[in-house]
Amino acid sequence: MITEARPAPAIELIGIDKSFGPVHANNNVNLVVERGVIHGIVGENGAGKSTLMSILYGFYEADGGEIRVNGKPVRIRSPREAIACGIGMVHQHFMLVAPLSVLENVMLGAEGGPLLARGAGEIRRRLAELAEEYGLEVDPDSVVGELSVGLQQRVEILKALVREAEILVLDEPTAVLTPAEADQLFEMLRVLKGENKTIIFITHKLREIMSLTDRVSVMRRGEMVATFDTAKTSPPELADAMVGRKVILKIDKAPAHPGKVALEARNLVVRDDRGVVRVDGVSFVLREGEILGVAGVAGNGQSELLEALAGIRPLSGGEILIGGEPLPPAERNPHSERVIGIGHVPEDRHRVGLVMPFEACESAMLGFHYEPVYGKGLLYDRKAIIADADRKMEAFDVRPRAPLLKTANFSGGNQQKLVLAREIERNPKIMLVGQPTRGVDIGAIEFIHKRIVAQRDAGKALLLVSVELDEIFALSDRIIVLCAGRVTGERRPEETNPQDLGLLMAGVSERAA
Amino acid sequence: MSSPLKPLPAWADVALIPLVNVAAAFVISGFVVLAIGENPLEAVQILISGALGDLEGIGFTLYYATSFIFTGLAVAICFHAGLFNIGVEGQAYIAGLGAALTALHLGFLPGYSLAVAAIIAAALFGAAFAAIPGYLQAYRDSHIVITTIMFNYIASAIMGYLLVDVLRTPGQMNAETPAFPATGRVPQFHDIMSAFGVHWPVTPFNLSFLLALMAAFAVWLLIWRTRLGYEIRTVGANPTAAIYGGISPSRVTIVTTLLSGALAGGMAVNVILGEEHRLILEYTAGFGFVGIAVALMGRAHPVGVILAAILFGILYQGGAELAFDKPKISRDMIVVMLFAGALEHMFRRPVATLLARRTAQPPI
Repeated sequence: MITEARPAPAIELIGIDKSFGPVHANNNVNLVVERGVIHGIVGENGAGKSTLMSILYGFYEADGGEIRVNGKPVRIRSPREAIACGIGMVHQHFMLVAPLSVLENVMLGAEGGPLLARGAGEIRRRLAELAEEYGLEVDPDSVVGELSVGLQQRVEILKALVREAEILVLDEPTAVLTPAEADQLFEMLRVLKGENKTIIFITHKLREIMSLTDRVSVMRRGEMVATFDTAKTSPPELADAMVGRKVILKIDKAPAHPGKVALEARNLVVRDDRGVVRVDGVSFVLREGEILGVAGVAGNGQSELLEALAGIRPLSGGEILIGGEPLPPAERNPHSERVIGIGHVPEDRHRVGLVMPFEACESAMLGFHYEPVYGKGLLYDRKAIIADADRKMEAFDVRPRAPLLKTANFSGGNQQKLVLAREIERNPKIMLVGQPTRGVDIGAIEFIHKRIVAQRDAGKALLLVSVELDEIFALSDRIIVLCAGRVTGERRPEETNPQDLGLLMAGVSERAA
Repeated sequence: MSSPLKPLPAWADVALIPLVNVAAAFVISGFVVLAIGENPLEAVQILISGALGDLEGIGFTLYYATSFIFTGLAVAICFHAGLFNIGVEGQAYIAGLGAALTALHLGFLPGYSLAVAAIIAAALFGAAFAAIPGYLQAYRDSHIVITTIMFNYIASAIMGYLLVDVLRTPGQMNAETPAFPATGRVPQFHDIMSAFGVHWPVTPFNLSFLLALMAAFAVWLLIWRTRLGYEIRTVGANPTAAIYGGISPSRVTIVTTLLSGALAGGMAVNVILGEEHRLILEYTAGFGFVGIAVALMGRAHPVGVILAAILFGILYQGGAELAFDKPKISRDMIVVMLFAGALEHMFRRPVATLLARRTAQPPI
């Protein structure tokens, strides 16, 4: 049948096997990535995607199986050997030296001799070429630490390209990007594809898979369960393959019955750490029994607004009213706000919401650790702490249900459930919720969404900050849109659509009629 | 699974790694001893028997260990809050001043309440001297490593001035205070034993050792069983999460440095109240710095600190005997080599790789 020799696939993984102790992270995984395509790999957290890519990039050696690059069997024992095979990797957490310039970062490890001048000239020339060829413009002399996250990622990609990478692996590249930066990244990847580069794109956002990739492979529990042509599949089909059962992406929720005003913000002004005004005169009311969604492109003041409401960041102007009474400045701190019944699920569970080296039961009392329920006298009552965590973990189906396990050893979704359990189980009147499902797998997203709606139905007032429009639409009863620190519009989800919100997010403000 | 190495099991972390470190330190020391033309095995034998061979040796060993427990705990408690207190040396030195002033000038206090008052004064002076770098770290953004290093020099200068120009007994050549009254001293072990009719050789080993053990237990309780300890650990592990949790890192920083300085004062109790019975120039003799190594080797855990302190006590005492027998080998050489034992990361990777390989082997 084959009359003409087809080009060998860029990457073939055949029967890759890898165990860590009792955990079978990769079980007989097969994957074929054709040359010049964008190949997506999706799967829940812990499905084995990162392990597979770490094997491809030489961080781990597989226990069994074979890797072929361009049809030739290779053995990749270190990233250096992977680079020699033409494989480049862009990590989720960038491997950049912040105080060095772009040029110095790209050059790192490829200096070409003890004197830098020649190597630097060579790299500078290559960067100029790449800028011309692919439109990947970055000023080689700017300091990496001062670049935006999107540009830093571009530097990572340039590092790979300068090293003649033909195959680029991107591990959840959009997790750290704003939607605008993600769009730029996709544009860049399409250009690279046009130049016959091969791109492996790991994510768990199905929308990205649908809009970007040519083919998509699905991993589940260490196995490669399916590969599709992207054009011939659909998000529900992919979601099914990922979790192995039907997932309701849209949750059922009854109409809201908003009650009294629980929280009112009047002309809030908030500055960031550098003193730049990030929230500029924002006012809104939040009622009992409703979810108020705050939409916007990341970095338009949502984070600062949430932190100011939670008492973490000081107000530079304006007033917060709780149940009609102004919140005095002395009570605008996380501790006092918890006492009066304001729960806060922070946007970043790793950096803010949890203490990774702590046992889960210790993370499960952060912010409430002063309460007598954990021990009435001078000393803590360990049994009470463990029992309390166990109860929360059961209520929120945190797996494994092990209060003594280190927080860091739980998957992202289960860590997030732990944070939600901690905040919700204290029964706050008002909940400030930031990015509740960021980096969380689909099964957990559904669970978390249901819990948030259940809180609303119980008469709680919820403020939801999310950069995922799907999430805003799925949960909110009312939506306000922030752009450059100002409210550019308010909508009801049933009266609007993503295009309309997109305009507001871009700052095309409505005129008062 | 983003990191190539899995975390070590607890037993390897607290026992295996320090043991490997110590063994390596001994081997390397052995080669150095060989290089200067002595027999390493003989050296080890002199060292061990000098430190543990008789009651006298044991008494000295535990006396040194007592100081190391205090200075080790002082450094360790700061580790938990993410602070590196290099100023234990100076804090212990100033604590000696508190102990001496009390013992010399509050003689009207009845019986051993004078000694108790002197102990409290030592803790207060140590804490007060630590409070300044603590405050600067918490509210003025000066790094505690830098300020505590500088404060060691300040302590040295202050004490030099006071001992030479103010506190010295007139007509006395030595820069030291007069001797304390008997009730201002911490009783020594041999005195207590002879009160019960048991003979014990005369050593500086005194009741401060029990105080050190109690301090270690108190630190354990504080760190793992109290709200303050929870707040200290949270600030040390994740300051942003601490703020989110309603904990003030500044307050925790101040409180932790105060406690650290008070623990450093324990060394003054052991040496000044327990053995010298007068305040002498440069009495700390670097024990405050050794405390850093003790805390590192003990992984900032009170039990680990006690074990590491006893090990350092053995080396200190055994090293002195060795230096006496073999003048080519100095005591400092032994202790310096032991600092290798505190390099916790040196063998971390190989041990972790070895263990990972063993556990990763598929069952047959």
